[in-house]
Amino acid sequence: MDSGNVAWVLVSAALVLFMTPGLAFFYGGMDRTRNVLNMLMMNFYCLLVVPLVWVIVGYSLAQVPFDNGWIGNFDAAFLKDLAISGDDGGMTLATVAFLGMFAAITPALISGAVADRMKFSAWAIFVPVWSLLVYVPVFKWIYGGWLAERGSIDFAGGTAIHVNAGIAALAAVLVLGKRKGWPHEGHPPHSMPLVMIGTGILWFGWFGFNAGSALAANGQAVQAFMNTFLAAAAAGLAWVLVEWIRDGHPTNLGAASGIVAGLVAVTPAAGYVSGMAPIFIGLIAGVVCCYAVKLKTKAGYDDALDVVGVHFVGGLVGSLLIGFFANPEFFGLTDDGSLKFAEGIFYGGDVSLLLEQALANGAAIVWSLVVTLVIMIVLKKTIGVRVDDEAERTGLDLALHAETAYHGGGLH
Amino acid sequence: MKLITAIIKPFKLDDVKTALRGAGVEGMTVSEVRGFGRQGGHTETYRGTEYQIDFVPKVRLEIVVDDGAVDSVTETLAEAARTGKIGDGKIWVTTVESLVRIRTGESGSEAI
Repeated sequence: MDSGNVAWVLVSAALVLFMTPGLAFFYGGMDRTRNVLNMLMMNFYCLLVVPLVWVIVGYSLAQVPFDNGWIGNFDAAFLKDLAISGDDGGMTLATVAFLGMFAAITPALISGAVADRMKFSAWAIFVPVWSLLVYVPVFKWIYGGWLAERGSIDFAGGTAIHVNAGIAALAAVLVLGKRKGWPHEGHPPHSMPLVMIGTGILWFGWFGFNAGSALAANGQAVQAFMNTFLAAAAAGLAWVLVEWIRDGHPTNLGAASGIVAGLVAVTPAAGYVSGMAPIFIGLIAGVVCCYAVKLKTKAGYDDALDVVGVHFVGGLVGSLLIGFFANPEFFGLTDDGSLKFAEGIFYGGDVSLLLEQALANGAAIVWSLVVTLVIMIVLKKTIGVRVDDEAERTGLDLALHAETAYHGGGLH
Repeated sequence: MKLITAIIKPFKLDDVKTALRGAGVEGMTVSEVRGFGRQGGHTETYRGTEYQIDFVPKVRLEIVVDDGAVDSVTETLAEAARTGKIGDGKIWVTTVESLVRIRTGESGSEAI
């Protein structure tokens, strides 16, 4: 047992927990005054229910045993046999907690798309069901299943978390439908300061998300930390510059969106790229996502707070760029001394890694899209997924939660 | 007695207050309001999408004065609130039928 590793994983787990409140503020600030509490509650609810689902069966199905390619079993259900004594020294339990934080924030990402109109009762069921039917299998395939076996790379969850949640967000809004008045009626953010606070918390927490994913206090963790730092900065800068040139103003929301896009894009690559690669990944993700958020108006799907444009597109861009930037120095060696993964194109490799990345994302996209559609359609036919017109007009805070965010305000 | 109501630019409130105090006005009520006139609204851009914000923030002042003070107060107010640019606001005057000071029960001009 290495106490340094255990310490770093515990600290990282706490950092990742803090990201869900950060995401809540990031989204909540972009929402309107009458729906901000519903948005916060949708996010915090993930922190209430997913940890329980995770320790009861989620972790076991997602990780145990390592040799089954498609889905785990119930051997570690209810945290069975997770010793804290002996050689393990609690490292496995620390990892279960760390991964539980990831499981919690993943469905929370989807809340931004369904904002302003989803029934909370439907969300309450959607989150645990989606975690088990979508998150758990995709996680298993990528970290200890057939996709890992084939040699694709997803260091901290670009595919398993961001592409997965991003495409699920698209499926969810396709069933849910558009907000009243969208896109003719404007829904500008009610509190940009809240968005910026949320962005800061996300960036801070993301060091745990990415550098913690080394599951050790080692050189790979340091590299992932540096990459997380640089990609976010580069992407924020890129997004702001595009806006400044295209629209005439550098905006706070542009900086925030760029930072998040960069963090998303570097997530799958964080432990496997080095040098200036994170800057290139950030710049590319910042520009691509800045244009991708405009797709929804053209295509006509109401992804309220751009979960598809930022998380799906950013995750996909980052994951595919691994095919170019993956640096063999950071790959673990197999027993016979050969590389565990193929090299990136810029490091002398051929297209094989890029193709594996495409396949892994394709598999995650198909599964997540189809199963999320099924879950949403079943919810729609049974308890209904959408609030009534009056609740949507007066606001979800009062209609669903009997609370008001800002007393004395309310013209927004 | 007259009620002077003015809609002004929020950043002009301090200037207006100081000027009116100098002109002998002893009290006023202000509220934050939103609205539009010929100025119209403004646009805000979020993630590349422009939003037309029709109702822009303004401050509403309400001042009760004696009939004789109406012209000078109105003039002082207008002067202090003026920037010369569109959106400076408006002032209107209405007649007040009665006025009571709650603490003392005084009424009419004595209560101003």
